[in-house]
Amino acid sequence: MRILPEPTPETRHFWDGCNAGELLLQCCTACAETYFPPRPFCPRCASRDVHISRASGNGVLWSYVINHRPHPDVGSKPYAVAVVKLAEGPMMMTNIIDCPQTPEALRLDMPVRVRFVRQSEDITLPLFAPADGRIR
Amino acid sequence: VKRGSVAVVGAAETTDLGKIPDLSVIGLHADAALNAMADAGLRPADIDGVATAGISAEELAYYLGITPTWADGTNVGGCSFMLHVRHAAAAINEGLARTILITHGESGRSRVGAVPLARSAASLRGQFEAPYGAAGPPTMFTVPVLRYLKAYGLNEEDLAWVPVIQREWAARNPRASFRDPITVDDVLGSPVIAWPFRKLMCCLVTDGGGALILTAAEGAADFPRKPVYILGTGESTAAPLISQMEDFTSSRAFKVSGRKAFAEAGISHADVDHLMIYDAFAHLPLYGLEDLGFCKPGEAAGFIRDRNTAPPGPDGRSGQLPLNTNGGGLSYMHSGMYGMYALQESVRQLRGIAAAQVPGTRVSVCHGVGGWFAAAGTIVFSNEI
Repeated sequence: MRILPEPTPETRHFWDGCNAGELLLQCCTACAETYFPPRPFCPRCASRDVHISRASGNGVLWSYVINHRPHPDVGSKPYAVAVVKLAEGPMMMTNIIDCPQTPEALRLDMPVRVRFVRQSEDITLPLFAPADGRIR
Repeated sequence: VKRGSVAVVGAAETTDLGKIPDLSVIGLHADAALNAMADAGLRPADIDGVATAGISAEELAYYLGITPTWADGTNVGGCSFMLHVRHAAAAINEGLARTILITHGESGRSRVGAVPLARSAASLRGQFEAPYGAAGPPTMFTVPVLRYLKAYGLNEEDLAWVPVIQREWAARNPRASFRDPITVDDVLGSPVIAWPFRKLMCCLVTDGGGALILTAAEGAADFPRKPVYILGTGESTAAPLISQMEDFTSSRAFKVSGRKAFAEAGISHADVDHLMIYDAFAHLPLYGLEDLGFCKPGEAAGFIRDRNTAPPGPDGRSGQLPLNTNGGGLSYMHSGMYGMYALQESVRQLRGIAAAQVPGTRVSVCHGVGGWFAAAGTIVFSNEI
């Protein structure tokens, strides 16, 4: 079992979105900055006039490491701790699924697409899979 | 901080380093503090300011019998002690205290009296990183490096040269944990921890501590040891989540902290005789050399491979910029918050008593990192003002 997040009032919409199959970022109405992680104001201009915006779910694999040390809550095999650069701009930590956890298969800049994977009644994690469907 | 207005007059590490099962965390702080007070010829009654991280400032003061008029419990991870030096120098400038003790102690290996890292599932990291198996420094600090390598057309071999060269320095230091020479093949053939990082690209986990005593430069020459002056200081913070680092090829905190320290000291890179860059993992000296301005972006790996930071080689010539001359966190010791040991080595080099002494060292730059690129502190020291 993974260490699951405990949503707070400021992040609740994001986790509710994941449960509903939507990747929700926030956007500043004043300066148009799209940002993540969630907070009720713009990290660029400090405006409180922000709104929720639904992301496309597309991105590219930006960087990663493949953890070989035992980490039972994620599994017994090596797994990549990855960062995806979303099409909308923000970076997001995640895991890459439906893909061998090898340097050969995990190519930087490869297109990836979000896959919502339910973990508990309350929590669904946004994981990502190769978008071109060729790597399995 | 006013250039050259404050000096280090006491500096010491714990009596032992490595595996110290007979001392708890606070005991390691105290052992280092007592050694530093002996080094400076001072008693607890002479100390009126305390700064520490890992334990609280009030625990430290109480345990040693100090009555402070100034206390600083700044904890930004491994470079907390660089920030303590900076804050202490400012406090001495302002007359808030006259003689300040800064301590570190950590039972990283034996875990005697050690407090587990607190993690909350409601924190930003708990919500947006921990669920993906980012569990501790080897899977967080290392995350940006593939992007760095790709950006500059580098590979794992370039990374492997960092521990190889630093082991050459460690070989000259009897207190270093690992002293046997290693090759690039040894590094790449060591067990994978978090690919591309092998075991020999990751720091040690050991027990130890260190302490510094600072006072006004005026009068510092009356102490038993040669004073080491603080010429310039810098600090900064950045994202505490590695996934939110602004640029995976460069640390904003390193740049801000370094620029501030160099400007305050009024030095240029050519003035630097000796350099310490906190090396919890092999990529940190690369980011450090570039973000502090010693190398252009992408050129630090070649700079190290070409022996510019190395001790004298077979031809007897040493590098122009000796780096991590104690062997670093990769070979000397790493208790968890390594910054104190980097500061100690800068002081030893400027006192002229380092195990791998660099002849004629006058200016040493000591740069630390906290968290995973989440904080930085830089101190420019000199034995002259």
